[in-house]
Amino acid sequence: IMSLFGEVPQATPVAVFKVTNDFKEDPNPKKVNLGVGAYRTDEGQPWVLPVVKKVEKIIVADDSLNHEYLPILGLPEFRSSASKIALGEDSPAIQENRVGAVQCLGGTGALKIGAEFLRRWYNGNNNTRTPVYVSAPTWENHNAVFVNAGFEDVRPYKYWDAEKRGLDLSGFLGDLESAPKHSIFVLHACAHNPTGTDPTHVEWMQVAEVMKRRKLFVFFDSAYQGFASGCLDKDAWAVRYFITQGFEMFCAQSFSKNFGLYNERVGNLTIVARDPDNLKRVLSQMEKIVRVTWSNPPSQGARLVAVTLNNPELFSEWKDNVKTMADRVLSMRASLRAKLEALETPGTWDHITQQIGMFSFTGLNPNQVEYLIKEKSIYLMASGRINMCGLTTKNIDYVAESIHESVVNVQ
Amino acid sequence: MNIYRLCLGISISLPACFSSWWSEVQMGPPDPILGVSEAYKRDTNPKKINLGVGAYRDDQGKPFVLSCVRKAEAQIAAKKLDKEYLAIGGLGDFNKACAKLALGDDNEVIKSGRNITVQTISGTGSLRIGANFLSRFHTEAREVYLPTPSWGNHTPIFRDAGMQLKAYTYYDPKTCGFDFQGALNDISKIPAKSVIMLHACAHNPTGVDPRPEQWKEIAELVKKRNLLVFFDMAYQGFASGDIDRDAWAVRYFIEQGHNILLSQSFAKNMGLYGERVGGFTVVCKDAEEAKRVESQLKILIRPIYSNPPMNGARIAATILNTPDLYKEWLGEVHGMANRIITMRELLVANLKKEGSTKNWQHVIDQIGMFCFTGLKPEQVERLTKEFSVYMTKDGRISMAGVTSGNVGYLAQGIHSVTK
Repeated sequence: IMSLFGEVPQATPVAVFKVTNDFKEDPNPKKVNLGVGAYRTDEGQPWVLPVVKKVEKIIVADDSLNHEYLPILGLPEFRSSASKIALGEDSPAIQENRVGAVQCLGGTGALKIGAEFLRRWYNGNNNTRTPVYVSAPTWENHNAVFVNAGFEDVRPYKYWDAEKRGLDLSGFLGDLESAPKHSIFVLHACAHNPTGTDPTHVEWMQVAEVMKRRKLFVFFDSAYQGFASGCLDKDAWAVRYFITQGFEMFCAQSFSKNFGLYNERVGNLTIVARDPDNLKRVLSQMEKIVRVTWSNPPSQGARLVAVTLNNPELFSEWKDNVKTMADRVLSMRASLRAKLEALETPGTWDHITQQIGMFSFTGLNPNQVEYLIKEKSIYLMASGRINMCGLTTKNIDYVAESIHESVVNVQ
Repeated sequence: MNIYRLCLGISISLPACFSSWWSEVQMGPPDPILGVSEAYKRDTNPKKINLGVGAYRDDQGKPFVLSCVRKAEAQIAAKKLDKEYLAIGGLGDFNKACAKLALGDDNEVIKSGRNITVQTISGTGSLRIGANFLSRFHTEAREVYLPTPSWGNHTPIFRDAGMQLKAYTYYDPKTCGFDFQGALNDISKIPAKSVIMLHACAHNPTGVDPRPEQWKEIAELVKKRNLLVFFDMAYQGFASGDIDRDAWAVRYFIEQGHNILLSQSFAKNMGLYGERVGGFTVVCKDAEEAKRVESQLKILIRPIYSNPPMNGARIAATILNTPDLYKEWLGEVHGMANRIITMRELLVANLKKEGSTKNWQHVIDQIGMFCFTGLKPEQVERLTKEFSVYMTKDGRISMAGVTSGNVGYLAQGIHSVTK
């Protein structure tokens, strides 16, 4: 019998998961995984935040809790407290009742629901031709999220200057100026993935000015708040600045990294609208989209976050845990740079400490990357992106020496 | 430094001509089922009954957390597991157990590795992934045939995925039962390769299931018509109380050579509603095809939510894979199904006691959480207004909302509006 699926081709595996897979299968005892973006302790282990363990016990002990459905838009106390994290306790937009949110499955889910809404309701109805701009380079799933939501025109905007290993500001601003009006721009709120290169405050202000003038849509992706500098407010500066500039916007928040809740899929799509009436209608349509995607979101992770954020002591403890993670990353950055400079590895390495967040765009080329993987069992992305969390005091010498070798021996 | 204080001097209010991006966004129509629950909440009548709810309630009308679930949770907590991302296709232990539960431990499909089963966001997420998969790869036929009526969310899910919706006769309002001939007539006209959606057991919203002999005829006709079968099994165990009996149709179709698509939900049978636990299965020609299909499912899943939530799947897997927890679960599912069956019998007995001369046999013949009472919209409205009994306009009631404490009052109300 002919199969209906006889023509279904084998798809190429998702790159970042393949890296981890190959790492797992490698028998070399010195192997290092600098691929997937998850935090690791100095022992190279996953870290369940102490505050999360505490709150899990609180939840387990609470007999009044059950496993009933959440509302379609999610747990109300999660949505509001999560939005406050991004926008600030004292946000005028929140006080004016024009901020709403949709609890989603991780940052991916938040981007997805936002993208689906925009395709249906932004720039005319069901306008699939509105250009969507994502940074060059960007998280590899951004493209797929918007394409799968129906957008036909997903384009890069200049961002990373490979030569100077920093932000290509004039290229970025140039693309903003030349983008068709109403184009959607996906902006990384902080700790740009994969480059770790963020605009300065002054540069953000320039971006905002062009976007306002040219009526471009602001869609922030905030996956690392707190994780970048160690300070929640600092990391939210760009998002909050754009609000003072009067933008209506979306902000896709992830609590995977800053709460270490990766597999619980905790995300929030924060919506800032002109006024409460617009917000109400937007949320009503968001419900329709959620209903045909997953009906209602998972409760466990959102509950954990809500309990933490709404309790002053736990909130304080969480901020400390976040700072612990950010600080370890900062110390690995300093250490790696110092070692490469001590080895006199050709090239400049200050970008390692200038970049921010979990990732570093090392500047290594594909051949050098392949050398590291094949000869050294050091796993990283083909782009040269490394996850700083994969570095530990025990493996950093090996990694530094191996990078040195690859730069010296491989063109 | 507080950004807002810094900008206080700058006026944030905008010129009146600056409108919102969302001015043209219409208010979405209210959800008919949610509307029922909202109205119920507002009602102050102490005798009010909510029969809209699609979640199990115990005989006190309270949500029920299964004991095997609590035990599984305690076991999991003691293991101190990390929270690392699951694979795109979800928790392996869950996927295997999920497939075994539906297909049977010894099923040839599982042994030969020709099924791919992925963890999904409960039943809705499973149907959506299935719909997306069909939309992308089942290009020879765009039509999905749903029974009339079907779960309200089936249509928007498939439509949003780009499929076209058609219908086949199913429910007979004259008998409040299965219109078997009507179904066969319609199915015999469905164009080849179209997708036909079948509710594996406990049809939602009618509670009307085909008998085994009827399933056999349907299977044969569907094979003759060369249709692609998509089973929605949201109530395995919950319908008859027996998980094998409830999966009979699914297993029979596979035995007869149908390579089916299957959606499973653990919302009801494990009471894991808000944890979003489900599975999506494609039965393929062979293991090689299953690998190809798996790779494509991952490509579909990644841009929606990357990978699924761990908590509920971990609970379900623990229950399914731990013999004494599994046994306990079978007992608890049986208990829930039994309470429903008992309520059906009690409702009919009470209606008779009230003096109703109408034929209420369908209330007992129907199966699962829902009952299509046969009440007309005007009667439903009266039942709500005069008795504070809340249900959907189509006459559907959730038996889970019926208790030994309220069944007498409910019978009074129903008799009053139908005599």
